[in-house]
Amino acid sequence: MDLLSFARGPALQFAIGVFCFGVTWRLAILLFTPQARDLTPARKGALPSPIAGGREVFRRMWPEIHPTGSNMFTTINGYVFHLGLAVIVFGFAPHIQLIKSIFGTAWPSLPNFVIHIAGGVTIASLIAALVKRLTSPVLRLISTLDDYISWAVTIAPLITGYMLVGRLIQPYNTALAVHILSFVVLLIWLPFGKLMHAFIVFISRARTGAYLNHRGAQL
Amino acid sequence: MTGSATDQTVTKTAAELSDAEVKKAAHKLLSQVGGSIATYAEACVRCGQCAEACHFYHASGDPKHTPAYKLFPIAKAHKRSVSPLGWLGLAPDVSRNDLAHWEELIFDSCTMCGRCTIVCPMAIDISSIVAATRQAFAKVGLGPPDLRAAAENSRDRGSPLGLTEEALEDRIEWLADDNEIDIPLDKDHAEVLLTVSSIEMMKYPQSIVGMAKLMNATGVDWTFSSEGYESTNFGYLSGRGDIAKTMIERIVHAAEKVGAKTVVIPECGHAFGVMRWSAANIVGRPLPFQVLHITEFLAEMKRQGKLKFKSFDGSITYHDPCQVSRRGGATEEARYLLDGFATDFREMTPTGNRNWCCGGGGGVQAMERAAGLRHKVFQIKMDQVEKTGAETLISSCANCRLTMDESAEHFHWDHKRDSLIELLADHLIEQE
Ligand code: SF4
Ligand code: SF4
Repeated sequence: MDLLSFARGPALQFAIGVFCFGVTWRLAILLFTPQARDLTPARKGALPSPIAGGREVFRRMWPEIHPTGSNMFTTINGYVFHLGLAVIVFGFAPHIQLIKSIFGTAWPSLPNFVIHIAGGVTIASLIAALVKRLTSPVLRLISTLDDYISWAVTIAPLITGYMLVGRLIQPYNTALAVHILSFVVLLIWLPFGKLMHAFIVFISRARTGAYLNHRGAQL
Repeated sequence: MTGSATDQTVTKTAAELSDAEVKKAAHKLLSQVGGSIATYAEACVRCGQCAEACHFYHASGDPKHTPAYKLFPIAKAHKRSVSPLGWLGLAPDVSRNDLAHWEELIFDSCTMCGRCTIVCPMAIDISSIVAATRQAFAKVGLGPPDLRAAAENSRDRGSPLGLTEEALEDRIEWLADDNEIDIPLDKDHAEVLLTVSSIEMMKYPQSIVGMAKLMNATGVDWTFSSEGYESTNFGYLSGRGDIAKTMIERIVHAAEKVGAKTVVIPECGHAFGVMRWSAANIVGRPLPFQVLHITEFLAEMKRQGKLKFKSFDGSITYHDPCQVSRRGGATEEARYLLDGFATDFREMTPTGNRNWCCGGGGGVQAMERAAGLRHKVFQIKMDQVEKTGAETLISSCANCRLTMDESAEHFHWDHKRDSLIELLADHLIEQE
């Protein structure tokens, strides 16, 4: 079995297995950890919790910038790389083909030049995020190994993807295998580190939304 | 008055803890991890956006005051219990050093104001995390000695400031005589049970007179009770769950005894927060009465036309107590009371749910060792007030008021300060 067959075959299958198991396991822990029932009466006019929770998930997509503008960079940069990643993962024709081969569903792709720009911007944005993490005293203090590993496994598929498209690794099959393997690593790591926030964000926002809505507190 | 003392009653430093006690603290941290806490413990992406939202970081510029950093002890305990590394014994447990390092951060530099929750993209409620972490620390005797003493005084003497039953009776009699006002105590039956914050009774007694005057003017049947009067809950603030419960049970018992349908919490944000949003959960049953902050109660009376005020023409700005506004959902009640009364009302920037904390909530007011940091934080408030150009700063929390008075004295800041209740009482139109 050559490297590409390995990457496309057992490696990817294993990674998808670990990803599904890991995500399910972590979500199960969060969703099934018992939560004491709130015996206090809700404020008059409070929305039902599921509605308040759902509303909070969406409401928090709107950024909250400090009057001093001190979180402006983090907020905007965060939007840039999240959107960039979404564009690349869901808009690039070969990725859509891969998704189709697994889930059987597809959609129109974005033009290649859009993907190239998105890739470049996303890589630059992730590098900026790392520089910020390394230079900000606050971020340096609160960062853990998880932050650096998560950063590395996120940027790796972008870089290998760029090398693949730009023919920087030869032969092509090796480049493709390296790209797929970098994605395999991302999939395997995702459930075990902070990248899991892609799922936890819904629970966390919904819980706080319901909690504060019960009190009638409007954030 | 006595109460059960199931928790560690001697204040210790982390260095004085035995290994077994360190383990006990770690275990207690873990036992605090309910559904939401577990989610919060796992949700932080360490983006640091919460730092600037916290008055402690804003004032000190010290990264250790970043709200996310206060998550660490509980996140560490949780991770050890749920991660594969933990199962293999490879994830570190909460250590003596951790307890020593975070004690000050969990107690002295968090007022549980909830301001960081506004900006957190993951909506993590650091305030809930800090409350849970304090319980674990308190379990083994950690925490500022004066905060613990305030809790134990409440349990043993009825109040953190020595307002015993006898002192309550004396002071009520004195205030009633001196001000020629009826202040009912221990009526057999009453619709409304009014409670006190001993800060008011001991330091701002005119606030009690003001409350009584307003309550009398509404015409409702109300009383104080010597069996349950202190509504501040230093048990809760110090992490002493046993004392928190004792304090709540006294008020519940007193309210049930007089058949009160409503318990009114005076000008104290945390007292309101605990009694309104936690008490039923702490005693384990729904309460047979509604709990209202005094501003909510008076606003309702004003809506019903039972209270009327002469206008106040000086310029006023209002400090939102965090537990009444941002975390209490009663932001508009004080404004409704001021509406049509204060002819020159000026909002601070930011205000309402985004207003800055005074720096003394969450029991921080009672911690002598936190005074320096508190004063630094108060500079934010002074700046806010000065920018409004208002002559008078008012609030509806005696704890905020005391914090502001002490810091104002520290800075020789002679801006006028008052309580909303006292101001309203002074401008009450007494109806026949
Ligand atoms: S803002 Fe929220 S997610 Fe970001 S570091 Fe603070 S607590 Fe963590
Ligand atoms: S709750 Fe308030 S004091 Fe505590 S960390 Fe958050 S902003 Fe700071």
